[in-house]
Amino acid sequence: MATSANQPTGTIHKAIIFEDVAIGFEGLTVLDGVSFELKRGETKALLGVAGSGKSTILKLCLGLIKPDRGSIYVLGHDVTTMSEEELFNLRNMIGIVFQESALFDSLIVRDNVAFRLMEEKLPEHEIDERVREALRFVELEQTMNMFPAELSGGMRRRVGIARAIITRPEILLYDSPTGGLDPITSTTIIELIMKQRDVYKTSALLVSHRLQDGFMLATHRYDPDRKHMIPIDGSALREVLTTFLILKDGKVMFDGTGSELVEVKDPYIREYIS
Amino acid sequence: MELTSPAELLKKNALAVQDYSLLAARSVTNLFRRPRYVPDIIYQADLIGVGSLPIVVLTGTFTGAVLALNTRATLEQFGVLSLTGQLVSVSMVRELGPVLTSLMVAGRNASGMASELGSMQVTEQIDAMRALGTDPYKKLVTPRVVSTVFMMFFLTIISDLVGLVGGWFISYTWIGLDTFQYWNTAYQALKFADVTLGLVKPVLFGFIIATVGCYYGLSTRGGTQGVGRSTTQAVVVASVLIIAVDFFATKFLLFIFG
Repeated sequence: MATSANQPTGTIHKAIIFEDVAIGFEGLTVLDGVSFELKRGETKALLGVAGSGKSTILKLCLGLIKPDRGSIYVLGHDVTTMSEEELFNLRNMIGIVFQESALFDSLIVRDNVAFRLMEEKLPEHEIDERVREALRFVELEQTMNMFPAELSGGMRRRVGIARAIITRPEILLYDSPTGGLDPITSTTIIELIMKQRDVYKTSALLVSHRLQDGFMLATHRYDPDRKHMIPIDGSALREVLTTFLILKDGKVMFDGTGSELVEVKDPYIREYIS
Repeated sequence: MELTSPAELLKKNALAVQDYSLLAARSVTNLFRRPRYVPDIIYQADLIGVGSLPIVVLTGTFTGAVLALNTRATLEQFGVLSLTGQLVSVSMVRELGPVLTSLMVAGRNASGMASELGSMQVTEQIDAMRALGTDPYKKLVTPRVVSTVFMMFFLTIISDLVGLVGGWFISYTWIGLDTFQYWNTAYQALKFADVTLGLVKPVLFGFIIATVGCYYGLSTRGGTQGVGRSTTQAVVVASVLIIAVDFFATKFLLFIFG
């Protein structure tokens, strides 16, 4: 994407910047002066009770909704001032996994995953190759010709991840990817997110109700040789950049690393993480 | 049930009209912007046009037949039974063909569009499409509008034709009218203005059906119940608009052609 007036100097070095963002719906304040930064290569777990505005932050990043106040820079572009047409180009550099997968129910898995590539009118053989690669990443290569309704909830989320990563985006947004799933499937999903983080170094915002998702990401890394996640030893801690952001009543209560989080004395956060 | 103030209601309706107008305008301006979804247009044309053919043929045939049947008594009183063909052709081409075809297509397709897009809206598929960098107005609305307008034009012609056939069948078997006389009066009665009137209307009605169906689909809120509500509203509003626009279009075109 070409540089434009929407791209102030300094913002390009960060994946996402929120500056004093506020938004409300039908008289209710959802976010009130939220500010944070997501570094390139960093994964930030957004935590908070239901209705605290976590999913709203993801929609704001994509420009699907506009804030009432504040600025949002995504890969250096101020999405609050961009037109829908300009946003379509920026969104090609961002992948999102929706809470309920949001797969196109009338398209087979292959076409769901290939949606962006088909829009770009890539040759069929290239599309097939890349779809296979993305589905292999989420270990669902055998589902190519199935409809979303024929898949389980966990499989749908994994197809959602394949659809999000197929264009190798610079930022990934995960909206409660483990919500409503059993512990084993949830761990599989978190391992995939970890794999994406450690293999492709993609920046990511992860919305979750489950604190353990964030801690698992902060304390483990993906081992490509063993093809499995392993606990982090001291030397790799810096490489695995995972931070936490806790929201309460539309405001940021905490923004920092896992080790900082366990040291916090605030009673609300203590109760939240206990 | 919560009571809404008149000012609030007015504001809500004004906003709905504004949103509808924007959707209608975008569906047209998107025609001149890339990408163009030609395969989607063809698919929708098949779904809307070919899919609606049986109901349009049946409605047209029986309308023509019942017209001939009902007018028999009146025409007989004045001794002009020979004008049955003229009456059927003018009524079908100017008014009944376009309006009844549109109402049938509205019932079938405005509801289909509203429920399909409504389901996509409540399951976040529309948001997913936007997030994947595709304009839902270009991908979903414009192909439906183009194909409905295009197919309505031809469906109306078919409806007019089968209506005339239905009228002929009754005239020949029931009234005892000569085949040549029926078709001759039917053909001779039609003027340029009648045909123009009958072919401009379906284009307008097709635009109404598709834009209203898409508008209600894309503005769906409130889960499956919301989808049901949107579907009903789309058919009701499209049908009422068709009848209202029919009046104004007829008045305007009569003014033009004198």
